[in-house]
Amino acid sequence: MATFNVHVTIENKPGISDPEGDTILNDLVLKGAHKTVSKIKTAKMLKFTIKEKDKKAARSKIQKICDELRIYNPMVSTVTIDVFNA
Amino acid sequence: MKVGVVVFPGSNCDRDMYHVLTDVFNFDAQYYWHEKSLPKNIDAVILPGGFSYGDRLRAGVIAAHSPIIKDVQKMAEKGIPILGVCNGFQILVESGLLPGVLLKNESLNFMCKWTNLIVENNKTPFTNQFKLHAKIPIPIANGEGRYFVDDDTLKQLKKKNQIVFRYTQVVNGSSNRIAGVCNEEGNVVGMMPHPERAVESEINPVDNKPSSLIFESLLVKMGVTN
Repeated sequence: MATFNVHVTIENKPGISDPEGDTILNDLVLKGAHKTVSKIKTAKMLKFTIKEKDKKAARSKIQKICDELRIYNPMVSTVTIDVFNA
Repeated sequence: MKVGVVVFPGSNCDRDMYHVLTDVFNFDAQYYWHEKSLPKNIDAVILPGGFSYGDRLRAGVIAAHSPIIKDVQKMAEKGIPILGVCNGFQILVESGLLPGVLLKNESLNFMCKWTNLIVENNKTPFTNQFKLHAKIPIPIANGEGRYFVDDDTLKQLKKKNQIVFRYTQVVNGSSNRIAGVCNEEGNVVGMMPHPERAVESEINPVDNKPSSLIFESLLVKMGVTN
């Protein structure tokens, strides 16, 4: 068994409004001198530490946890899972 | 006529609800801690408002995994009237008893204000005393109150008459101005506004009678009055 750090990023699906991201873009970034920025999306990240036999098993376990316990709401959100060696 | 008021860690409208049920409408109400089970002879269940688990992760999602929810699900299947108010609505949605999701208000603000509802379904245990399209002046108090469903689900809600309450005007950006919905069978109802804060004339500056009909509907459903 090895230890892995797993980052779970929960973000709105395309088409679901993200007023916080829009405010950061329009009222902060674009009001500065950063006119090349065209989009900001907010997201929530959960950082798991988990012991599994390999990266694949760690990813699979975390996906199962996210689905079973509704860590994200599939109607409006997606999760992206990134696995790193601890 | 036993009504169970479920209490989660962080519920804060449970006592208001209990007061209204017992002192205003003479229900035999009882609190049930979320780790306990519900008795089999209960006639209705109410999930009150508040901030269960401090809204951590997402409003209602952690409470949706509380042991008592399995009993609430069983009672929902039996057709027993179940009402979720505010955080109670969020918990019903997150437990899969009602469709949709409650997102942060479009303004990102916690909104505490009086709104007006329109009754869109007067067949539920909590709306059977209303005329269709009756208006209800009622307060909201929430940060994650923007009801959202995708287009396909919205079509299904309309088709199956599951939209129970809509705001008269845009309040928080909710889909189709929805403020409350029910399950397909109609016995499980969730609503963001707080009827328990609107049924007494002392604290309702507009008109306390419409909100009272929500509880009077339940009395009628339970065969207490006509």
